[in-house]
Amino acid sequence: MIERAARGVWEFAVGDDWRVAFWVVVTIAATAAIAALGWPAWWLAPVATLAILRDSVRRGSRPISVEGTESD
Amino acid sequence: MSGAEASLAISVFLASAVEAVEAFTIILAVGSTRGWSSAYSGVAAASLVLACVVAILGPALTVLPIDVLRLLVGTLLLIFGLQWLRKAILRAGGVKAMHDEAAIYEREVAAAASSVGEEGLDSYAFAIAFKAVLLEGLEVAFIVVTLGANQDNVPLAAAAGALAVLFVLMVGLAARAPLSRVPENAMKFAVGVLLTSFGIFWGAEGAGVTWPGEEAALALLVGMVLLASWLMVYEVRSAQSELREVRG
Repeated sequence: MIERAARGVWEFAVGDDWRVAFWVVVTIAATAAIAALGWPAWWLAPVATLAILRDSVRRGSRPISVEGTESD
Repeated sequence: MSGAEASLAISVFLASAVEAVEAFTIILAVGSTRGWSSAYSGVAAASLVLACVVAILGPALTVLPIDVLRLLVGTLLLIFGLQWLRKAILRAGGVKAMHDEAAIYEREVAAAASSVGEEGLDSYAFAIAFKAVLLEGLEVAFIVVTLGANQDNVPLAAAAGALAVLFVLMVGLAARAPLSRVPENAMKFAVGVLLTSFGIFWGAEGAGVTWPGEEAALALLVGMVLLASWLMVYEVRSAQSELREVRG
């Protein structure tokens, strides 16, 4: 029961690709660090986000397989 | 209504409508196969749980200091938005199958018909309807609470969500069929773009960033994420067609 609930929370918050969540957290932390030094940091999150998305999409599209209908 | 409020309402409306269409398909299948009273009971129970989630979490989040709220919510929205966008890009690029409400409906009808019926409250119909509304609704509740709390306008977000659900219900009940013509992938694509843009904007702001142009930067972010996503769809489609040609 607890394991199923934990898996549900993980799937809800993190989704199919855990690397996306990991790199988003790293990006926000790096942005906070740069901003704390007083340097311009507004550019980092947009650039990093697009890089994260592209990486995830490329990994997701590697095998040529049309998956079955999903419920999500 | 300001631009930020309009973006909030549109994001919540689209996300709620997509999830409502998916829940409606399952409820329609279960209700028409097993009986409507148990399915409606499941819907009502799940709706009550979701209303409690929004009513408790919404005000609780607004108590947090604004920078902490934006950092937390921005990060979560960014992760959540990227999940939606990734799936929408892969679907539009032909890697993942499109969401097919008619096929899901047929599958749910077959599953409901193969299970033994019960007198009184049908536990199967109740559980399936409850689960459908709760699981689809939790994503909507999350979006309502986070977007609403960040703009200090949970009531507007909740109203946009409720309006979308009501709209889908009215159309669905009039059609008495799965809403397979709804452009779900396009709507998920749009929601993914909006959530990702909100996530970038608020996450960075919570991390201490001051955006050039302040709120106008949000519109530029939406345009940038949209353009980049379209390019990724094009890239995926090209790669897929090249692979198909290579494999004959």
